[in-house]
Amino acid sequence: MRQRIDGRVAFGAAVLALVLLCAVFAGVVAPHDPLEQDLMAASLPPAWGAEGDRTHLFGTDSLGRDILSRLVWGARPAMIVAFAGATLAGCIGTLLGLWAGFFGGWVDASISRLVDIWMSFPAVLLAIVLVAVIGTGLTSVVLAIAIIDWTRFCRVVRAETQVQAGRDYVTSARTLGQTRTHVLWREVLPNVLPLLLTLFTLEMGIAVVVEAILSFVGLSVSSDSPTWGGLVQEGRLYVNQTPWLLGLPVAAIALTVLACNALGDGLRESLDPLQRPLP
Amino acid sequence: MPWSLLGRRLLWALPTLFGVLVVVFVLLRVAPGDPVAMMIGPGATADDIRALRAVYGLDRSLSAQFGVYLGQAVHGDFGRSITQKQDVSSLVAARLPLTLELSALALLIACVLGVGTAMAAVGWRGAPAERGVDAATGFVTAIPDFLWGLAGILFLGVLLPVLPVFGLLDSDIRFDSRSGFVLGESLVRGRFDVFGSALLHLAWPALSLALPLAAMIARVLKASLLEVLAEDYILIARVKGFGPWHVLWREALRNALGPALTLAGVQFTFLIGGTVLIEKLFGLPGLGNMAIDAVINRDLPLIQGIVLTFALLFIGVNIGVDAINLRLNPRLRG
Repeated sequence: MRQRIDGRVAFGAAVLALVLLCAVFAGVVAPHDPLEQDLMAASLPPAWGAEGDRTHLFGTDSLGRDILSRLVWGARPAMIVAFAGATLAGCIGTLLGLWAGFFGGWVDASISRLVDIWMSFPAVLLAIVLVAVIGTGLTSVVLAIAIIDWTRFCRVVRAETQVQAGRDYVTSARTLGQTRTHVLWREVLPNVLPLLLTLFTLEMGIAVVVEAILSFVGLSVSSDSPTWGGLVQEGRLYVNQTPWLLGLPVAAIALTVLACNALGDGLRESLDPLQRPLP
Repeated sequence: MPWSLLGRRLLWALPTLFGVLVVVFVLLRVAPGDPVAMMIGPGATADDIRALRAVYGLDRSLSAQFGVYLGQAVHGDFGRSITQKQDVSSLVAARLPLTLELSALALLIACVLGVGTAMAAVGWRGAPAERGVDAATGFVTAIPDFLWGLAGILFLGVLLPVLPVFGLLDSDIRFDSRSGFVLGESLVRGRFDVFGSALLHLAWPALSLALPLAAMIARVLKASLLEVLAEDYILIARVKGFGPWHVLWREALRNALGPALTLAGVQFTFLIGGTVLIEKLFGLPGLGNMAIDAVINRDLPLIQGIVLTFALLFIGVNIGVDAINLRLNPRLRG
């Protein structure tokens, strides 16, 4: 059966694939070494500008480092954080959400209360406190994202599990003598998966922004290796002299976030024709 | 018993505050990194460090430290900042007003923009304008406040410099605010130059915070407006000869506002959380800006004070939202 591919899914998938390619093959894609300084070619505007240099397509920073190469290499931490952060947050949130939604009772009450308290805390402040506590670096950023954002998955998965648990197929599986755990894993989980896929793509976008924010504040990866947030931070400092230094990484982050959102929204509608809104 | 729900909310506030405090207190103290070693010069001896730790009570056990902190907090003493050498309560009191003004301004902008956009989309439903509004709200919601802030700095602050994007007032303006509420106080004291300058400086920070919320309000309000417009009394009003825009403003809006109000209330806490980063981005001397510095400098008493203030703010906003909902929706009072 041929299905028309949703425009948003195509756009999101294409952009994400491009970013992913840059992340995996950064050494091949990047035209220069991202750390190589060349003070003779410092603060060059992008190649399409009046004083641009053909060898530096997106220009250079104040130390003469090639912006395009730094952007390409910055895709790597961004994608690592996006996939690892969303996976970890998704695992914690899904497990707790399935548990709360399927078994109900005091389990549900305590998990829901925990989610409420968790979400009443300002995410940005929590992230900064957490990273200050567990230390900087990529692993800490991934951990911080999981610790903060598992609640998004938990709330949605809990609600969806409650809906699924009331369906006839669950009752019939139970009547056939299957254990509750078996029904939860083999029957309910597969039906929650489409929703999870949507949440996962949305969370990837959030993770990219969180990584950028933490790099911006100076709490992510060490300043040697380029990250998008680090580039934003440098760009903010020299925005009056070299505005493209801020514009290009902001554009990269915005494009990636838009792609994640478009993919998520498109998938939600293609996978779930009834389009239950996210709670 | 109409207000028992609020009473329960108030009762819940205490254990929540206590929980937040315990978590932050323990987290900060088990964390690696000694705040005293960071503030003292590299030439200090071990004895110096020990003496200074005793001054801040950091040599005692965790539970003893917490007991002392709690005992003092009950009496309104939240300790002294390690880096700024001032009382935490006076530091917070000096920074909080700006954060409140920024948040309130952002909420106001979000509500006006959101309601206006929803009304326009519904008023011209079916026309290309509706599709344009739908696409725009989707786009605006997807981009977080951080990126809106940066985009504003780049386009409005640098490329076509029309807005100031750093600090709160022009450097040639002198204004000693007694209350800290620069916008409100300058207006009351008739210092319109100060008011104008502060408003210009806060314009894009507030708009960055407001844009995602405005788009969300527009989306939800549009959906509930369309629902309300399908009801019989709207048809009756139209049959009586009232114009479509009149019906929209006078009849439909009031009954459709509920869900959007709830959303705005819930999202307002996230907006306040967003001020932390936006203040840092725009160099505004508010609470959030101080929070980031406090975390980076491991200023334990100051972090605790700020986190407690934010938690109090959030609880206050949530209770306020409940109270407004109760007033607007008699069915909840049961």
